[in-house]
Amino acid sequence: MQISFTLNGRPTTVDVEPATLVAELLREQLHLTGTHIGCDTSQCGACIVHLDGLPVKSCTLLAPALDGATLLTIEGLQGAPGSNQMHPMQEAFREHHGLQCGFCTPGMLMTAVALAAEKPDLTEADVRHGLEGNICRCTGYQNIVVSVLAGAAAMNAAKGE
Amino acid sequence: MGNVIGIGAAPKRKEDQRFLTGRGNYVSDIKRPGMAAGVFVRSPHGHALLRGIDKSAALASSGVIAVLTGDDVKADGLGSLPCGWGISDAQGVPMKEPPFPMLAQGKVRFVGDMVAFVVAETPEQANAAAELLAIDYEVLPSVVGVLEAVRPGAPQLFDDVPNNICCDWELGDKAAVETAFRKAAHVAKLSLVNNRLIGNPMEPRAAIAEYEPGTDRFTLWTTSQFPHVVRFLMGALVLNIPQHKLRVVAPDVGGGFGVKQFHYGEEAVITWAAKRVKRPVKWVASRSEGYISDRHGRDHVTEAELALDETGKFLAFRVNTLANMGGYLSTFGPNIPTNLYGPLLGGVYTTPAIYCNVKVVFTNTVPVDAYRGAGRPEATFVLERIVDVAASEMGIDRVEIRRRNMIPKEAYPYQTPVLVQYDSGDPMGCLDGALVAANVNNFGIRKAASASKGKFRGLGYSTYVEACGLAPSRFAGRLGARGGLYESATVRVHPTGQVTVMIGTHNHGQGHETTFAQIVSDKLGVAFENVDIVFGDTDRVQFGMGTYGSRSLVVGGAALSKATDKVIAKGKKIAAHLLEAAEVDIQFESGKFSVAGTDRAKTFEEIAGAAYVPHDYPLEILEPGLEEQAYYDPVNFTYPGGCHIAEVEVDPETGTVTLVNYTAVDDVGTVINPMIVEGQLHGGIVQGVGQALFESAVYDEGSGQLLSGSLMDYCMPRADHLPMMKVATHSTLCTHTPMGVKGCGEVGTIGSPAAVINAVVDALSHLGVTHVDMPATPNRIWRLLQNASLPVAAE
Repeated sequence: MQISFTLNGRPTTVDVEPATLVAELLREQLHLTGTHIGCDTSQCGACIVHLDGLPVKSCTLLAPALDGATLLTIEGLQGAPGSNQMHPMQEAFREHHGLQCGFCTPGMLMTAVALAAEKPDLTEADVRHGLEGNICRCTGYQNIVVSVLAGAAAMNAAKGE
Repeated sequence: MGNVIGIGAAPKRKEDQRFLTGRGNYVSDIKRPGMAAGVFVRSPHGHALLRGIDKSAALASSGVIAVLTGDDVKADGLGSLPCGWGISDAQGVPMKEPPFPMLAQGKVRFVGDMVAFVVAETPEQANAAAELLAIDYEVLPSVVGVLEAVRPGAPQLFDDVPNNICCDWELGDKAAVETAFRKAAHVAKLSLVNNRLIGNPMEPRAAIAEYEPGTDRFTLWTTSQFPHVVRFLMGALVLNIPQHKLRVVAPDVGGGFGVKQFHYGEEAVITWAAKRVKRPVKWVASRSEGYISDRHGRDHVTEAELALDETGKFLAFRVNTLANMGGYLSTFGPNIPTNLYGPLLGGVYTTPAIYCNVKVVFTNTVPVDAYRGAGRPEATFVLERIVDVAASEMGIDRVEIRRRNMIPKEAYPYQTPVLVQYDSGDPMGCLDGALVAANVNNFGIRKAASASKGKFRGLGYSTYVEACGLAPSRFAGRLGARGGLYESATVRVHPTGQVTVMIGTHNHGQGHETTFAQIVSDKLGVAFENVDIVFGDTDRVQFGMGTYGSRSLVVGGAALSKATDKVIAKGKKIAAHLLEAAEVDIQFESGKFSVAGTDRAKTFEEIAGAAYVPHDYPLEILEPGLEEQAYYDPVNFTYPGGCHIAEVEVDPETGTVTLVNYTAVDDVGTVINPMIVEGQLHGGIVQGVGQALFESAVYDEGSGQLLSGSLMDYCMPRADHLPMMKVATHSTLCTHTPMGVKGCGEVGTIGSPAAVINAVVDALSHLGVTHVDMPATPNRIWRLLQNASLPVAAE
């Protein structure tokens, strides 16, 4: 079947088998391999993307659900449009060593951006609770939590400008 | 010109840009033209005879290209998966080493054992065909626990391995230990289980293999921590592919923790299949497949006894362990519970006599091998737990008993009674630092505050040492290593002065691209951004043993340091010619070669240019070019260590243990990049906390089914399980590595399980609890509290 959606700001039309998962569509058909698959039980969160602005696990979403929707993947995450800069959350992860092997990172970032957008005054407890659906095996989460708090503050500051 | 960023600085990581923007290059991201898909058919039984496989329906299924089984492996005369270590018993009798076929032949020995490989146009077609494979199993009883496996009448995995015992290994002076026990004023005893773990790097294993008929060359892309070792083991010992005809690439790898430091049968099968089907073939494991095929870790049952005099001085330590090997010997399997365990039983203490017996046992479970820490967390757990038991029984403070037995700083180098000689350390300094950082003095106030909420609060210590920087080849060879454990590095200076380093270690999260670039920037005075690190490709990197055992900086960094020194030495010769001075008068500092006592100088870039455009160059004594290579084989292990203090709160209503504070002061030697070291400590600690509080691989005895076979059944630590940890370093310099480094990848995982469990036991000690097995889950604690037959509510 044919579906049309907005992918990282661009109108996109693809032919898909109805049983295709969004994670597979992105990785296999659209060559956007930044969205990772780390499990088969929707536990790890490496595949998180934004569907109409909300974080979803793309390994449990069928491609037809994208029709007419707006999808943002890690490849589309960026700073101010046209600035050629990284998103403040990406910068914060780099600044605070919020990643090691990088495999969970795209999902962490997508979750973090959504968390910060949802609640402007995030606390450490909010972040820890909000990351409950994302597993990282490398960092012990400490620097991820620090990064998310810093990234959220930077997002707020940018909004205020 | 950019900045020189040297040793001790904390630049942001070079590797982060690609990971943050979704542009990493993991094996599962790679596509090759004409690529087919492969799936493994795995045994659903823990133990069964393989009567026959009918391929016909599968072969007729849509899109199927090939179905391969153990009979095809046998017909092609392929080798067994090799074990890299051969241990022996006290009489020198070698371990039992049954073959480990890459696809099962005649029998399956664990749930997940590979029976067939199906290649089809798409993964869906391969999976559909796999369902049609008719496999005739005659199911046998399984045995999964070590205690059960050595009992008379237990199911036998191999005809020629009586009682399932692979090796009855021992270390230490048994007679001296017995004598000391006879003189002891007190003997502390402890029985414990070191729980079986599943490593769970977030990237599942994957492989792609391709054969080029025009050149007769194979390429294997694999999620490996040591591509050169895979090339050797698989090429030379399994598939008979000459080394120069086999390229192994391990690109970005999403975490390893040991799980990816073995040569797996999947790698061999897919490489062999690629030539048979004349197509590139790709396989990506699902997480559930990883659970039943990634090598597991730990799984010990131990009886320990500590003999003490009346003042609490340790006189002797005796440890008897049964270690689970699973269904076959994995690459390092038998080495882990023996050579990486027994020699660490001295810990940071002056115990004069130690004896350790380890029975290495086959069971119907996934093969067990190294997992972060590998042997050393198990040793630390036994020792640090029994020290607490002894302190409690003798009425001595837990910190005080440690102090009375600690090796003083001035006693280093210190020869232990169990082979190893510690070169440097200051355990007392780490302990003192940690006591302050953890604010132990005010613990009573915090305990009272918890009690007022109805919670039990406990404090736990672990003062530990480990051996890493694997490994001095000569020493390892005496212990049974079948390979060398050196490392190699090439420093290639380009004509414009930029530098590319080719190194045999593998970066899968540790930040080597940054740390190694700092070393080069520091030593050569080259801008940090002008140094790139290449790893993970046998065609690009000369040779290497890979990354495991906290060896990359210790052994690889030393090779890099050595190669860099050679570049400087050659540069001095070139400079002497260009500056018309004697070579002995040339100094190299801050990226400049100068004649001592003059202002005559050449920059590093000028020397590099002259090396490649040798119009004015000492061609009669020197080859053109500026590229040097070094191999480094360490003279000893390194011995990082430290003190970890955990603070927990137990809710007696639910049995839930909450880690509320965690403090670590570790001695990792010279710190190259403190940001990266802290990150390694955080991650390591949480993996140890995972073992202590959450994680456990559970098998069903009899059927051999893995009950904790997914992320929904196997509890991984998550962000909301953890407090902010305090980590710091208190370093003494390693005396034998070029930069004084000791390694930091595993310390966290080694120190933390004992600290956490000691804290849990402390929290419950008023109820008479003397030991808690890992993981200290709410269920286990709640049951313990019910059985304590004491008032459950806090006072």
